Amino acid sequence: MLHINLADQYRRGTSLIHRLDPRTKILAVLLFIVTATILPAGAWLPYGLLLAGALLAAQASGLGVGFALKRSFVALPFALAAITLPFTVPGQPLAHLSSLTITVEGSLRFLSILIKSWLSVQVAILLAVTTQFHELLWGMRELRLPKPLVSIVSFMYRYLFVFADEALRLLRARAARSGQGEGKSGGGLLWRGRVAGGMVGNLTLRAFERSERIYEAMVARGFQGEIKTLISPPLTDMDRNVLVGWVTYLAMLLLVGFLF
Amino acid sequence: MIHPSVAYLHIPDGFLSLAVAGLGWLFATAAIGYALRQTRGQLGEKQIPLMGVLAAFIFAAQAINFPVAGGTSGHLLGGTLAAIVMGPWAAVLIMTSVIGVQALVFQDGGLLALGSNIVNMGILTAFAGHLVYSLVRKVMGAGRRSLLAAGAVGAWLSVLLGAAAAAIELALSGTSPLKIALPAMVGTHVLIGLGEALITVGALGFLYAARRDLLSIGETAPAQTGARWVAVGLGLALGIAALSPLASGDPDGLNRVAADLGFDGRALAPLYEIFSGYGLPLVQDPSVSKVAAVGLGTLIVFGIAFLAARLQRRRANA
Amino acid sequence: MHHTLEVKDLHFAYPDGRTALRGATLSVAPGDKVALVGPNGAGKSTLMLHLNGILQGHGEVRVCSLPVCKENLGKIRAAVGLVFQEPDDQLFSPTVFDDVAFGPLHMGLPESVVRERVAEALTAVGMADYAGRVSHHLSVGEKKRIAIATVLSMNPEILVLDEPSAGLDPRARRGLINLLRDLPQTMLVSTHDIRMVAELFPRTAVMDGGRVVADGPTLAILGDAALLSAHGLEA
Repeated sequence: MLHINLADQYRRGTSLIHRLDPRTKILAVLLFIVTATILPAGAWLPYGLLLAGALLAAQASGLGVGFALKRSFVALPFALAAITLPFTVPGQPLAHLSSLTITVEGSLRFLSILIKSWLSVQVAILLAVTTQFHELLWGMRELRLPKPLVSIVSFMYRYLFVFADEALRLLRARAARSGQGEGKSGGGLLWRGRVAGGMVGNLTLRAFERSERIYEAMVARGFQGEIKTLISPPLTDMDRNVLVGWVTYLAMLLLVGFLF
Repeated sequence: MIHPSVAYLHIPDGFLSLAVAGLGWLFATAAIGYALRQTRGQLGEKQIPLMGVLAAFIFAAQAINFPVAGGTSGHLLGGTLAAIVMGPWAAVLIMTSVIGVQALVFQDGGLLALGSNIVNMGILTAFAGHLVYSLVRKVMGAGRRSLLAAGAVGAWLSVLLGAAAAAIELALSGTSPLKIALPAMVGTHVLIGLGEALITVGALGFLYAARRDLLSIGETAPAQTGARWVAVGLGLALGIAALSPLASGDPDGLNRVAADLGFDGRALAPLYEIFSGYGLPLVQDPSVSKVAAVGLGTLIVFGIAFLAARLQRRRANA
Repeated sequence: MHHTLEVKDLHFAYPDGRTALRGATLSVAPGDKVALVGPNGAGKSTLMLHLNGILQGHGEVRVCSLPVCKENLGKIRAAVGLVFQEPDDQLFSPTVFDDVAFGPLHMGLPESVVRERVAEALTAVGMADYAGRVSHHLSVGEKKRIAIATVLSMNPEILVLDEPSAGLDPRARRGLINLLRDLPQTMLVSTHDIRMVAELFPRTAVMDGGRVVADGPTLAILGDAALLSAHGLEA
């Protein structure tokens, strides 16, 4: 079922992480993920250090170490995409599963992928949870994401709730008429698909008509095609320091990972 | 998860190599930049409110599902529907917004992998769906039945293409051998694509009845250059797929084992079962010829679509 | 510049064929506070959309003595603040501050002035602390007020409001009435809320079937039972 707070992962707070400029946080997260991705398979020490960094950030955000950890298992089902690695990568045999051979190298690769993914998700969660959505958008725009695209996403976010509400009402109306009679219930597959499609079409229509009205409201306030914004403040010293510290830490990690 | 995502198309971080992710971002950035310019010309000032609202609608619409079989449900990805209604370039922007927010806020798909996810679910689906739709329309003529058939086929094929692309990216990154990933991904999405087709058709039918004028927006949208893009991208993808034996590690171990056990094609069935949950009878001999067949089939469809678009343009210019 | 609205014999049909205005005529002088009443479909909203050039029909429409045409749209939209019926359509920015700042920003005002205008507008509607809030979390009443603020920040001379009290609970409605009473601008307000009309507006225009069928002192209009019932209204 749809939740009214569809896109609000944000948790209020006054921690260091909360106070960081969105640009700093976005950059830090991206650099972390790139580092994790570049590290070779089986680089356990750097992985451990990355984990330490992620947990430190979690702690500094005031949300506690377990917060992001708990939610980070979300990506786990996708692990199935890599599950053939232990069986297919050639190398030193580790174990035998009936007649299939599990290799050391394969298992290493598989575990490394899982760990990298798990680490990346943790910092991504922290970003979403400590930064309000409009701040994320602002940060993106400052980091040179095309302005029209940012505006489109901004509108999408704004009207998501409106549509989620309307979709919810449509779903409830359908549920209210989904009673069980004497015969086989549920209707045919095709029929069910068409009903769902009709609901979607209904929403499409409302989307168009609403966008017309929004456009009129924008025009009534002087809009001529480009959304104007105020000048943005430069990064504070604290942000700069945090960023430099973070980059240093990641660079050292990479050194360790590639030299040892 | 607040909302259901389409099976395995939102690739998380860690599964794609930096090179593949980088290429994905490159392609996505170029397409988005071009899309912004194209839609600006197409829509003018209404670009922002209209795209934004439609993106919100797609996001919410992805939650409207219907039971298919055995506890699974079909629902909408939306790339083809958006492309049919608004034209493929607008669809790129809409889907980018949706997929981007899913990654950023819900961690549904990675941030580094976002470029590739946008390519798979936003760009390829939009263009493939639109191309196939246009082709079928050309063959069947105007009218409601042609609209629905074209939408259905376009939607279904677009999902398969997105799945294939994801599989190729995973293979290139060394995460999964192509011989396994491609059939698994595409196989899983055969049924999911059906859900996509059904909902797309339902939505199109509704629009046709209620606001036929809205459908003409997509028809007059700039798409000719799109065909060229898709052909290039597709060529690239297939060329890479041709190199895939080099990237897939050594899958022969699995085949040999299967042969030893006398399971032949059935050996991989358990693996497919994990992926699909549908118990599809799609499992065949997992040899290279299968991969080639899928690749060849896709190539043929697109070759036809591309040629048809070319022919139409030539006729229009004559 | 005279803060006036002049509509003479305005005709308008929507693209789908529906004729919404059949020769509507209305004049609003500086300082007037006019209520616009009539059944749904009478053309009230359509008429209002002509006042800042969003729609353009056949007939004469002048705002502050300027004809409503392309060259004058900028000035007209700065002079006429149009508040729509549906606040969700008007609050499209990420935060309240952004929405209220939108108008002055697009007028090209310097940043310090924009910030001042936002503060003033929010204070005027009694929502000075709401600048950092996200609009979709607000109640309908709060949204309606913010919507008015988004227009006030442009310092318009004339306020045109479409059904401002629709959907408000008694407390929010009372707040809105007090707000409208305190605002100094010339006003044209369409509404079904007859009691609010009686309380706030000395003059009432009645619309039905695409034209203005009656226009005069509120007391007289509301006292004319036959007129009211002929046009689907109740006192």
